[in-house]
Amino acid sequence: MAEEQPLVAVAGNPNTGKTTLFNALTGARQKVGNYPGITVDRHEGKLRLPDGGQVRIVDVPGSYSLSARSEEEQLALRAICGLPPHEAPDLVIAVVDATQLARNLYLVLQLIETEVPVVVALNMIDRLEGRGLTLDSRALERALEVPVVEVCARTGEGLERLEAALAQVLADPARGRPGMRWSLDDPLLEADVAAIEAELPVEWRPGESGRRRALALWALLSIDDQDELIGIPERLRETVTARRRLAQAAGRDLDLEVVSRRYGWIDSLAPTFLREASHRRGLSERVDALLLHPFLGFTLFLILMGVVFQSLFSWSDPAIGAIETSFDSLSGWVQRVLPEGLGRDFITEGLIAGVGSVLVFLPQILLLFLFIALMEDTGYMARVAFLMDRIMRSLGLHGRAFVPMMSGFACAVPAVMATRTMERRRDRLLTMMVVPLMTCAARLPVYTLVIGALFPPSEVLGFLPLQGLMMVGLYLFSTLMALVAAGVLSRTILRGPKVPLILELPSYRWPQPTGVLRTMLEKAWVFVAGAGTVILLCTIGLWLLLSFPREAQGEAHLTERRAAIEAAEATPETEAELAALDSELAALRLQESYAGRVGHALEPVIAPLGFDWKIGIGLIGSFAAREVFVATMGLVYGVGEEADEGSATLRERIRSQTHADGRPVYSPLVGISLLAFFALACQCLSTLAAVKRETGGWRWPGFMLAYMTLLAWGTSFVIYQGGRFLGFE
Amino acid sequence: MTPLRQLTTGSRARLISLGGDHGFRRRLMELGLLPGTELRVVRRVDTAQLVELECRGAHLSLRQSEANQLVVTPL
Repeated sequence: MAEEQPLVAVAGNPNTGKTTLFNALTGARQKVGNYPGITVDRHEGKLRLPDGGQVRIVDVPGSYSLSARSEEEQLALRAICGLPPHEAPDLVIAVVDATQLARNLYLVLQLIETEVPVVVALNMIDRLEGRGLTLDSRALERALEVPVVEVCARTGEGLERLEAALAQVLADPARGRPGMRWSLDDPLLEADVAAIEAELPVEWRPGESGRRRALALWALLSIDDQDELIGIPERLRETVTARRRLAQAAGRDLDLEVVSRRYGWIDSLAPTFLREASHRRGLSERVDALLLHPFLGFTLFLILMGVVFQSLFSWSDPAIGAIETSFDSLSGWVQRVLPEGLGRDFITEGLIAGVGSVLVFLPQILLLFLFIALMEDTGYMARVAFLMDRIMRSLGLHGRAFVPMMSGFACAVPAVMATRTMERRRDRLLTMMVVPLMTCAARLPVYTLVIGALFPPSEVLGFLPLQGLMMVGLYLFSTLMALVAAGVLSRTILRGPKVPLILELPSYRWPQPTGVLRTMLEKAWVFVAGAGTVILLCTIGLWLLLSFPREAQGEAHLTERRAAIEAAEATPETEAELAALDSELAALRLQESYAGRVGHALEPVIAPLGFDWKIGIGLIGSFAAREVFVATMGLVYGVGEEADEGSATLRERIRSQTHADGRPVYSPLVGISLLAFFALACQCLSTLAAVKRETGGWRWPGFMLAYMTLLAWGTSFVIYQGGRFLGFE
Repeated sequence: MTPLRQLTTGSRARLISLGGDHGFRRRLMELGLLPGTELRVVRRVDTAQLVELECRGAHLSLRQSEANQLVVTPL
């Protein structure tokens, strides 16, 4: 019975090699999901112990302490104590960075307080010497009274001893449960804690007295009038607040009293297990003199970002092309072997095209997470937050939001996934909401078509090419709008308490190829399994809308003429005539499809923007992916769906479209209105699916679609109507 | 006794007291910045308005405005 296998949690400070140890213990067999009710990755794997027993291992997000001010930070306590809906672990491995012993032991003390059996894995022993430190792990074990095992997560050294210790403690939990290591040692503090213990909710299963004390201490240090914790009963909150207020009035500092007792225990015993021969400054500090330099560090960062951007934008192209080509040829093969009909069209245009439209994102996702994993593993990501904090904070954004925002210039889908590098939900949401405003690669074909068709090449001021200038203008416009949107959202809907910055700059280290590869593959899998199904279903739905009903009214005369030509002798002229007839037939069918009817119905809504119903059909088609607009317009205007943004015929058709009264449909003003609409509207199902997967519901993707569509409509309205008012057509 | 603002790069100091909101103070103390602890200013980057401290072997960066809630005596 899988559920009866013991559960082992792996906890520790950030940057202790916790994930490396977790990977080394579980090997390739891992599954990734979310913790219940929160979008934080939960990795689970299996491990066979030397005594033959099998255990499940789960990774707890890294934290410096169990105390919390946000729901994300609260997860550590809930996962370790098994507060509902979390499953209670049978044992916790506390991963400790031996070079940062005091700070790591603070968390170990808290873990021991919870009465969950603890085994300490002492990692990074190999780095002690470089810091001029010596450590006696037996003495540490005697002080903590829980098993302490020296390991090297990178090389796998010490893993057997760790596994043996796990088996021993699972067989005899008392060996890892020595009880609280320090004492409150003050009647006033005792009284505070006892009062809070009495209010702990039943569902926290306070159990033995020790666990009760740990939960009360957690509540005392975590609950205040600004916290964003969940599931705190009102009575408990009132008691804590009252106790804190009374203590403050009496000139006591409860946080200091508790924290300094834990550190007091650590500092008083430290001389028995830790010796500092000489204090040496690390190499990292010298590297940071360059990488955090106000000018050089910033320049190097921008160069690195340029490389990331270039890789997403161009280096991914051959792989994307290869995926598209192979799906096209698969489609072609199916078309040859299956008889013509609805089933074949469903397979080629719905299913195969849909799967292709999911997999086509993989090259960019893999590349972006290659860079992100490298930046995280080396410790550079913390420096990114350092360099960007001031600029991003002025917009209400987290310093780390820069990487996803910049990735948004290539594609919003991997960028939305990259928001997980930020801990707080508010920071993630804010970044996700503005990332799709950045000019992604899929908008370029649309811009190229519209600019190419409506703005003939000319020079501004005699030397600046107009078309190129418009392209640059669109990039600047979209970036500006994203920054404005971030500023507005962070002050309204996504307003949150100002969070002071406490940023640890971990020592630099070499990335681990297997760990980096694992992150890349995992992100790819998460995308295919999570967002991929939604994208596939929506693509098929859109195909249904665009291709049903199968036959258009009034297509009889076209099919009759086609039959007549086919019956006659084939000449080059009849070939051309046939092709023209096919395009006309396709255009007619599209216009009378459900999507076509929606386009018609949309006309009153989009007419004030200068768009007719044919553009409306294009807007609907572009939901599959923005660049599909080009192919849809090709179909609508009877050029055939193979038309690309460089097609001269398509440009010609666009220029020659007229309204019923003979006015041209497209003027430069309509062109600008259309460009603005595409810059701002959320015409992308895949982005919406990715946001749904990251936020765990339809609420935020719904909000994103609504606000971006309104913004796009409003901007195009102002441009078109304002332009007409000023006398432009 | 002086706020952290007065310290120059490379100087050492002993922490006297910490101000700021509850969560900020608590987290700093949990990271080991308790009154009496020795710290060193590794660098100040005024353009980024950040200051990097070393304390108990760990490197922490704080915003200068927030770091000024730390009162120290220079050593």
